[in-house]
Amino acid sequence: MRVSLTVNGERCEADVWAGESLLFALRERLGLPGSKNACEQGECGSCSVLLDGSLVCACLVLAAQADGHDVVTVEGLAAGGRPHPVQEAFVAAGAVQCGFCTPGLVVAAVDLLARSPSPSDDEVREALSGNLCRCTGYQKILDAVRAAAT
Amino acid sequence: MTAAPPATRLERGRIGELVRRLDGIPKTTGEFAYASDLQAAGMLWGHTLRSPHAHARIVALDIGPALALPGVHAVLTHEDVPGRKRYGLEFADQPVLAIDRVRYFGEPVALVAAEHPEQARRAAEAIRVAYEELQPVSDPELATEAEPLHPDRPTMGHGYLDDPRPNVVRHLVIRHGDPDAAGDVAVEGVYEVGSQDQAFLGPESGLAVPDGEGGVDIHVATQWLHVDRDQVAPCLGLRPEQVRIHLAGVGGAFGGREDLSMQIHGAMLALHANRPVKMVYSREESFVGHVHRHPAKLWFEHRATKAGRIVCVRARILVDGGAYASSSTAVISNAASFALGPYRADGALIEGTAVYTNNPPCGAMRGFGAVQTCFAAEAQMDRLADALAIDPVELRLLNALGPGDALPTGQVITGSLPTAEVIRRAAAIPVPEPEELPRDPLRLPGGAGNTTRGEGVRRGVGFAVGFKNLCYSEGFDDSCAARVVLRADGSAEVHCAATEVGQGVAGVMLQVARTELGTDDVVVAPHTTAAVGSAGSASASRLTWMVAGAVRDACRAALEERERRGGTEVDVERVYRHPRTWPLDPETGQITGERAHVALAVAAMRVVAEVDVDLGLTRVVWIGTAQDVGKAVNPQAVYGQIEGGTAQGLGLALMEEIQTRDGQILNASFTDYLIPTMLDMPPVVAELVEDPEPDAPYGVKGVGEPPTVVSTAAIVSALRDATGRPLTRVPVRPDDVCL
Repeated sequence: MRVSLTVNGERCEADVWAGESLLFALRERLGLPGSKNACEQGECGSCSVLLDGSLVCACLVLAAQADGHDVVTVEGLAAGGRPHPVQEAFVAAGAVQCGFCTPGLVVAAVDLLARSPSPSDDEVREALSGNLCRCTGYQKILDAVRAAAT
Repeated sequence: MTAAPPATRLERGRIGELVRRLDGIPKTTGEFAYASDLQAAGMLWGHTLRSPHAHARIVALDIGPALALPGVHAVLTHEDVPGRKRYGLEFADQPVLAIDRVRYFGEPVALVAAEHPEQARRAAEAIRVAYEELQPVSDPELATEAEPLHPDRPTMGHGYLDDPRPNVVRHLVIRHGDPDAAGDVAVEGVYEVGSQDQAFLGPESGLAVPDGEGGVDIHVATQWLHVDRDQVAPCLGLRPEQVRIHLAGVGGAFGGREDLSMQIHGAMLALHANRPVKMVYSREESFVGHVHRHPAKLWFEHRATKAGRIVCVRARILVDGGAYASSSTAVISNAASFALGPYRADGALIEGTAVYTNNPPCGAMRGFGAVQTCFAAEAQMDRLADALAIDPVELRLLNALGPGDALPTGQVITGSLPTAEVIRRAAAIPVPEPEELPRDPLRLPGGAGNTTRGEGVRRGVGFAVGFKNLCYSEGFDDSCAARVVLRADGSAEVHCAATEVGQGVAGVMLQVARTELGTDDVVVAPHTTAAVGSAGSASASRLTWMVAGAVRDACRAALEERERRGGTEVDVERVYRHPRTWPLDPETGQITGERAHVALAVAAMRVVAEVDVDLGLTRVVWIGTAQDVGKAVNPQAVYGQIEGGTAQGLGLALMEEIQTRDGQILNASFTDYLIPTMLDMPPVVAELVEDPEPDAPYGVKGVGEPPTVVSTAAIVSALRDATGRPLTRVPVRPDDVCL
């Protein structure tokens, strides 16, 4: 089936199999592999994207459900040729090791800071507790979000 | 085709400076290409049919129905393996595809390549396999009395004590001093450690591309490129140079990528279909597709004088290696070698056994045998302190091992081992004040799931010390190659096949090259078998040491060569070796040369934990640690290793265990196998103890494993303090801490 959606501000069309997830369509059909495939059952947050402004796991959304909707992926956060401040903060804080969880965490952190520009540590921990990271022990991720907060 | 991660430049930074990751921004923007992101024109998707039984005979296998499905280009079985039918990291005991018998749940049986991954999955389901189920050997304590799973005994005749009992992978005994010495006080305990999964976030993935001349290029997330090649090529019936392994972006490793996953399978499909083939494991498949940390049972007795001097330790260690050998022989050696912890003892009798069963195969995971024994030995130290009424930190200081002392293998410590200083530094980090009640439920044990006002919350403080070897041991001829190209314009290019798995080794290469060459204009070339010799594995806390040595030597040789040639471009490769080691005597477990282990590193940790003793819920409140790091090449990366390694130990202490029933994994998902989240991890205050290792380049030590070794023991020590319960098994379960 053919779906039409807006991804990172651009109209896109793709031929998808009815059972395909939005994650598969983004990664394999639309050339946007930044959203990661770590569990594909909504437990790890590595595929976090914004769907009409709401944080979702792209693995739990069918590509067909995204027809006619607006999607922002990790590839769409940089502006004017510069990384998003959250992306810069992750690198500066040492919050990136293997980096497989990083795109999802960056999208989730951007979403948090849009809702709550100066979150408490507990608020950050709760907001990002749906994003698993196996390398960092999370401390430098917390540091990065603190640094990116206003 | 998408290339491997691009060659990268360092903004600044020599050895000892805090430097930003080279691949940092591409990893935050989604541009960095992981193995599962690779694409090639005409690419097919591979899928593996796996055994639903832990132990069965294959009676019949019919691929016809799968071949008839649309989009299917290849369906392969063991009959299609072009070369050797078996492979293995140390012993070739594992079939590429099951031949007539399956020995574990999830063992690969057949392969499919199709145009869409769903077609490949459905075709694999259409393969008809008739199994005759056999009784699985699932209890490691009974394995040595069961029918042999490998009657040809693949690990016999390799210089180990050849144990005649069935299903023994390796048995070793270390006798030190007087193993019957009696002290004034004795404490005994029996401990158990569950099987832990590496649970790296990036599942096993790779892309195999036929080269049109009978060879193949394999782009894969792995830990050791050259040993992959040396296992893959014979099974494909190809010469080593016909198989080129290129490092694709790696989403974490932690030991779980030492053994092969899709390498041979993807290459077989690609060569058969003459098309590129990509394989990406699902999370469920990842849980059965790699080895785990060995579950263990440990029996310990410590004897000491009234004053607290340890006179004798007797230990028996049993680890379950699962269906195939992987690195079990080295894991049990480590477990036995470090069974005492970093303490002196006048006498010791340590017996270690690794067995084959039909449980999931076990192999390398961060800490590699030392995690299991640290948990038991440190629990014993707390028991001994209690029995002697000596402060647990004082007892550890009293027996602290250091330079000039001997390990139970007879090896005298000639390098750095600042055990006492590490203990003092960790013990001196101020512990936070108890937190008041009532408070936000998020800060109660169990977090938002806690339905009380904290009436049952008790606080405990624990302490532990862990140590482990650095680099490979027991006579393994370990080396690392690096190649440096110095161009006429003054720029330089470093080639090294070391695998960047997230730990930051690419940065180490650049820091060393910049330090040695005195220039900022250095790039690191892609990591591949095609351009340089083996770097060895990203494991055993060895890679920073080995890479630093190899890049240093190659840089110095390149400068000399350029001087001799009068400034023209030079291209120099050098191979670095650490000091030699020798095997342990198979009868006594004593060294047969100067040393069996290259060097050692130690970490101490203090933990504050809370337990809701009504609900059986736990919360680690705070962790303070001091770690012996030799020389911190990149301090930010070192702190990152300590925090991340601590989190993995917290997982083993509180929640992580591969659950099996009759060899079948019951929790192969992140829904059922839990790893720590941001709410589970407390702040970690880490202090680096820089005591240079005399045998290592720049005095460096590996830093990845000690925090994982020590943290499980330290966290459970705090839970014991909070509850008064013995807590002899990890992960600790809710009913263990309910009072």
